[in-house]
Amino acid sequence: MKVGIVSYGAYVPRYRIKLEEIAAVWGDDAQSIISGLKVKEKSVPDLDEDAITIAVEAARNAVNRGNIDASRLGAIYCGSESHPYAVKPTSTIVAAAIGAVPNLTAADFEFACKAGTAAIQACMGLVGAGMIDIGLAIGSDVSQGAPGDALEYTAAAGGAAYIIGSSDLAAVIEDTFSFTTDTPDFWRREGMPYPEHGGRFTGEPGYFKHVTFAASGLMDKLGTKPSDYDHAVFHQPNGKFPQNVARTLGFTPEQIKTGMVVPRLGNTYSGSCMIGLAAILDQAVEGDRIFMTAFGSGAGSDAFSITVTDRIEEIRDAGPKVEELLENPIYMDYASYAKHKGKIKV
Amino acid sequence: MTVARFWRKIPHRYNLIGTRCTTCGEHYFPPRQMCPTCRREGKIEDHKFRGNGEVVTYTVIHTAAKGYEMQAPYNLAIIKLDEGPSLTGQVICRQDEMEIGMRVRSVFRKLGEESNKGMIYYGTKFIPE
Ligand SMILES: [Zn+2]
Repeated sequence: MKVGIVSYGAYVPRYRIKLEEIAAVWGDDAQSIISGLKVKEKSVPDLDEDAITIAVEAARNAVNRGNIDASRLGAIYCGSESHPYAVKPTSTIVAAAIGAVPNLTAADFEFACKAGTAAIQACMGLVGAGMIDIGLAIGSDVSQGAPGDALEYTAAAGGAAYIIGSSDLAAVIEDTFSFTTDTPDFWRREGMPYPEHGGRFTGEPGYFKHVTFAASGLMDKLGTKPSDYDHAVFHQPNGKFPQNVARTLGFTPEQIKTGMVVPRLGNTYSGSCMIGLAAILDQAVEGDRIFMTAFGSGAGSDAFSITVTDRIEEIRDAGPKVEELLENPIYMDYASYAKHKGKIKV
Repeated sequence: MTVARFWRKIPHRYNLIGTRCTTCGEHYFPPRQMCPTCRREGKIEDHKFRGNGEVVTYTVIHTAAKGYEMQAPYNLAIIKLDEGPSLTGQVICRQDEMEIGMRVRSVFRKLGEESNKGMIYYGTKFIPE
């Protein structure tokens, strides 16, 4: 049985802050930060947006784009590292808000920035086993960096939702491969507002090792090579990491261009490479092959090999494209940004 | 608002689920279980509103109620849905973008919360179409 993407939807809040604005507050050299991170601006949630509202908007975009009867959904899994409730599932609120309740299973996933792709894998399993008709996998975050911490330059908000099924596929997922270890590169303890990270430790043994092993593991399993793919998308904590890992693996700058959303969006954590994939699906044509690898600190990577079908043309224009979500932003200054991020309390 | 009272209203707060009288075609939001025109002849069924409509009138709230302080100032409007009924809702945009007759569509947002340990209320707001 072929399993794949029936429909997809993304969501990005309207607000942005330029990295120059943040650098000015902390007395950092903006140009060296922008060229080091390869990020110019990042999205900021509105005062009444959180990982749940973003998940709902992305899910509604996916349901509407594919003209899906939400009562067909047999599973909803929401991946996030910023679930608004510690106990009370995001997925239940999403299920109610898209009209999928009550005959389905639902749960929240957590795995730093790759919780959403883990949700895709779970849906693939349930669909492939014939246990459900279609399932919904979401990655959504309003990520937080402590004021003045390096993460504050990139921590952004956004999400993407994928409806996984076995018929009416807009893209076939040929296979997936994961690589997981116990690596303390980044963490946040229960009850603490901001994450901690291992500084330089996050790059080499975290991101690069896991993305490389998962990506080459999948290509070995399938007998494919980078040149077999038209597009590739890797987790985008900044613009530099995915460029470097793509080069190491043998992908060209041209292959990663379409899915590279981070320079204008920032790091949307669980949304990151799922929004990148949506940007690719917005433009891909029948037969295009897409290689995706997510990364979550802690640490693990999920790699996917995807082929686009002719149905993409039928559904693509029925939902907002990532490019449309990125254009016409409202720029804010640091003071309004701090209010939006809840850094000042009233 | 009590948790139970919010919970009972989830279908119409999240998804603008109202009712419609199939006898005369009139739409109701909030939902009515009896059509005032057709009375006993009326047949009432659930209706999911599309969420598109226009601003009939509005005001800017500067002093927000408890739980909404961070959102002030905000635009509170009476919105006439395309299917007919009017409702009160928040329109998310700059004050100088607000005008009577503007087209809006519904979005899913946080309405408020009791405290940092209480329940979070979600529901429908509007943005310019
Ligand atoms: Zn009637």
